[in-house]
Amino acid sequence: MKRSGKRVIPGFGLSMGVTLTMVSLIVIIPLASLVVFSAKLSPADIWAAITRERVLASFKVSFLTALIASLINAVMGVILAWVLVRYDFPLKKLLDGLIELPFAMPTAVAGIALTSLTSDKGLIGQFFSRFGIKIAYTRIGITVALVFIGIPFVVRAVQPVLEKLDPSYEEAAGSMGASGSVIFRRVILPEILPAALTGTGLAFGRCLGEYGSVVFIAGNKPFETEITPLIIMSELQEYDYASASAIALVILAAAFLILFLVNLIQARNSKILGR
Amino acid sequence: MKKIIYSVIALSAAAATLLTACGSSDTSDNGDSTENQTEKVTITNVSYDPTRELYAAYNELFAAHWKELKGQDVEITQSHGGSGKQALEVANGLEADVVTLALEYDVNAVRDAGLIEDGWVSEFDKDSSPYTSTIVFLVRKDNPKDIHDWDDIVKEGVGIITPNPKTSGGARWNYLAAWAFAQKQYGDDEEQIKDFMKKLFANVLVLDSGARGATTTFVENGQGDVLLAWENEAYLSIQDHPDEYEIITPSISILAQPSVAVVDSVVDERGTREVATEYLSYLYSDEAQRLAGENYYRPSDPDILNEFSDTFDLDLDLVTIADFGGWDEAQEKHFTDGGIFDQIYEE
Repeated sequence: MKRSGKRVIPGFGLSMGVTLTMVSLIVIIPLASLVVFSAKLSPADIWAAITRERVLASFKVSFLTALIASLINAVMGVILAWVLVRYDFPLKKLLDGLIELPFAMPTAVAGIALTSLTSDKGLIGQFFSRFGIKIAYTRIGITVALVFIGIPFVVRAVQPVLEKLDPSYEEAAGSMGASGSVIFRRVILPEILPAALTGTGLAFGRCLGEYGSVVFIAGNKPFETEITPLIIMSELQEYDYASASAIALVILAAAFLILFLVNLIQARNSKILGR
Repeated sequence: MKKIIYSVIALSAAAATLLTACGSSDTSDNGDSTENQTEKVTITNVSYDPTRELYAAYNELFAAHWKELKGQDVEITQSHGGSGKQALEVANGLEADVVTLALEYDVNAVRDAGLIEDGWVSEFDKDSSPYTSTIVFLVRKDNPKDIHDWDDIVKEGVGIITPNPKTSGGARWNYLAAWAFAQKQYGDDEEQIKDFMKKLFANVLVLDSGARGATTTFVENGQGDVLLAWENEAYLSIQDHPDEYEIITPSISILAQPSVAVVDSVVDERGTREVATEYLSYLYSDEAQRLAGENYYRPSDPDILNEFSDTFDLDLDLVTIADFGGWDEAQEKHFTDGGIFDQIYEE
């Protein structure tokens, strides 16, 4: 791309101003206040607040379920996007729209609906309980809720890339004798990988902080199914803003790190791909 | 770069004017309504989850009363949610003329934010608790696990549903009621009481974040054998599913005193002190007391409580929060980080 001192499109100053104002009002100032709140504690107190056994156990639950849910979403999201882009079938538009529902739905509604479906008296839960598998009120239940919350991120990230991907590449590879799996690995995957990673990273970040839907399905038993956002809520309930902020900062730092890593990988990939 | 800075300044200024414009138009509206008594007055009542039905009915009753008293229409905006969360929001600036919360401790949080004056507890009768409730057991029809008292629910194989005392005001009453039973059994031997509580919470299948959530888990999703519930919530469940549940009143429970208070700084600013105060004191009128009884809250007026002796078990042995040294002490001992509730799970 050619860059010159004089820009073709006017209004850079104004739009940059809007950007900086929005970013500081919406993102930087609230985040800074989080740091200020937890700064009321000494470093030793912060360390004590985030290394309490119960908090550590909740980190484990939150990270583990978010990770598993994101992996499931990475695979399922790519498949969903593939089907939506490459095939024509009746009600495709409707299905396409449905993918976005988890974005729009109040998460508490999703949580209650999923719980009543997957409890051992529910439609789906009944089936699994015959094999001794409990979904609601276990970590499996938490993962189910997080898959629901995260799936649109992956689908919506991968979809536009697939749409732009020219099927003639695959045909060419096929006519040169590449098998289906080779075409997928060597032709399609490199193209969609950055987008899939971004989507998965976003879904992971979202899952770490998800509260509304998970509290209903989790059972919230300390050391077993207690998620970190719930711990934060109980700290707030005790009007202990400082500990709540300290624990929130850990989640925030983890989410930021993941998204940052995803961006790094993506930057490296696009360099390799010469774009 | 200069351009950018100018733009930022211009935008912030624009945003600021916009915000203040909204703010000032708000206050002028309120000013008008208080000057002119015949115009409609609006007050906001921030309450907790299970009072939805009670206040829906009471607000109509009060509107008629106020119209008769002052010839003025009054509209009451209701807000419901977990008690602690609601208190937090009022403390953070949600404009409430009155708060009607699950426990004194939550109203104290609003006081600590400087919005309610000290001594609010004695502003209205009966420690500012116009109606009370208690903690009972809701069990499935015909009581298959044969549950009659607290020592039955700690037995092996009984599944308990209760909300989390850390996140739910109501659940703190549940916890303290169980503690009161154990204390009666074991006297001052705290180790044995703790053992009892440990057994109880080992039987808990789901710790929902709020009282309504726990009811849903027990009633709609069919989890557990016994729900530790507010008496009024238990009666509502029976009302909705008459043939599926029974209420068991244990030998000892706690007198749950939901607290009401006028939010001083808000009513002074809005000029609604008179109507807000009347709104709360009218809760003690015979009509309102009966309404509370019909909604399965125990009226604080003893005569009217007796009218409902068919509904409520009046022989129940009730301890109060004063037996625990008041809320601040109970909170400190049981529910803070590292308190006894945490120890129950961590040891």
